[in-house]
Amino acid sequence: MARRSHVQTTLNGETVEFLCEPRQSLLEVLRDELHLTGAKEGCNNGNCGACSVILDGRLVNSCLVLGVETEGKSVETIEGVADPDKLHPIQDAFLENAALQCGICTPGFIMSAKALLDENPNPTEHEVRYWLAGNLCRCTGYDKIVRAVLDAAAAE
Amino acid sequence: MRDFSYIAAKTIPEAVALLNEKGENARILAGGTDLIVQVREARRDVDWMIDIKSIPEVNVLNYDAATGLTLGAAVECYKIYADDAICDAYPSLIDATKIIGGTAIQGRAGVGGNLCNASPAADGIPPLIVLNASCVIAGPNGERELPVEQFCTAPGQTALEKGEMLISLKIPAPANNSSSYYLRFIPRNEMDIAVVGAGASVTLDAAKETIVSASIALAAVAPTPLFAEEASALLAGREVSDEAIDAAAAAAQAIARPISDMRGTAEQRTHLVGVLTRRALNGAIQRVRDAA
Repeated sequence: MARRSHVQTTLNGETVEFLCEPRQSLLEVLRDELHLTGAKEGCNNGNCGACSVILDGRLVNSCLVLGVETEGKSVETIEGVADPDKLHPIQDAFLENAALQCGICTPGFIMSAKALLDENPNPTEHEVRYWLAGNLCRCTGYDKIVRAVLDAAAAE
Repeated sequence: MRDFSYIAAKTIPEAVALLNEKGENARILAGGTDLIVQVREARRDVDWMIDIKSIPEVNVLNYDAATGLTLGAAVECYKIYADDAICDAYPSLIDATKIIGGTAIQGRAGVGGNLCNASPAADGIPPLIVLNASCVIAGPNGERELPVEQFCTAPGQTALEKGEMLISLKIPAPANNSSSYYLRFIPRNEMDIAVVGAGASVTLDAAKETIVSASIALAAVAPTPLFAEEASALLAGREVSDEAIDAAAAAAQAIARPISDMRGTAEQRTHLVGVLTRRALNGAIQRVRDAA
């Protein structure tokens, strides 16, 4: 077995250190080593977006990043989105619009929506739909999710 | 996932030496959006992943209107379409980089990796062919260049020899009155693999009525992306007309040798080559005419 590597990264604004094998994805490191279970394993091949996180400011699928690749980088996950005393406007908008049912895809959608609004605070509906095309939801039919993101953009 | 070792190479000579030493079970890691899935699904036997993203040369993205574009092998799609000058100069490359996967894939995946993955259906390769790109390759015996249409040799196989790696792609500066276009057919709106893809570039005369030269390339209709050389040559010197474009589309159809699979039948794909070739040529011509 390949030796476990020591990795230091910034996770939701705080420095963290962990040991991982090269074959462990960032998703596996988050869930199994750091016990942050917000990012979900859906397809594990880059199609569903349930594992979406923000790596050095860019939206990525954490199942397609190796844990060892995050040395010296900054990772944002769903656990870092809310303030201690209040939800992020995107989270509020998801609740207000009932933009979730089973909830498995929701952390990925919120991270993807956050990456969009960080870059483009006033997206059109078309831009929202194209940006979110890599996040799959089998419950809502997407309409409520799109409306939630547009509402969050208007509220911010 | 299969056990493997990971090394972040800092220089080209270091990466080349590692590739040469470790042999065929070493693989370059750039965006990882194909490689990590292939290793996880046991479709590639990899014992060493050599991460090149810390090497300066593979991160170069430099456009100069006189000399053209140097596109480092690890430059992610989102950086390419974020550059307005590159969008203006090479629109077909932008068409492709915006439809390779979704946002999260475009944050990691690059055109260099798309090329090295050597999928017959790669959206990034037809634009490189019609833009006359060349591959800058480093190896144990130094550097060499290879026309991009000679890079892919079979599905998942490339012209890279033992110890060799792609450093960058060089694309010449666009000629006056030229433009390019790439499109694909997929049954969904987004996030799908091409049933057929077609790219075209054209250079028109000053009046924008006559085709000085053209280039056509196809995806997903052969074991590798194809340069439709004869179809391209048919257009040189022809006035822009439906007849000329139909003749080129027919010649493109003649070199397609598609398979039937879950994405489409050979018959449908051959039909699509005609439709998409016409649309790609007309799209490129329209872009020349729309430009100030």
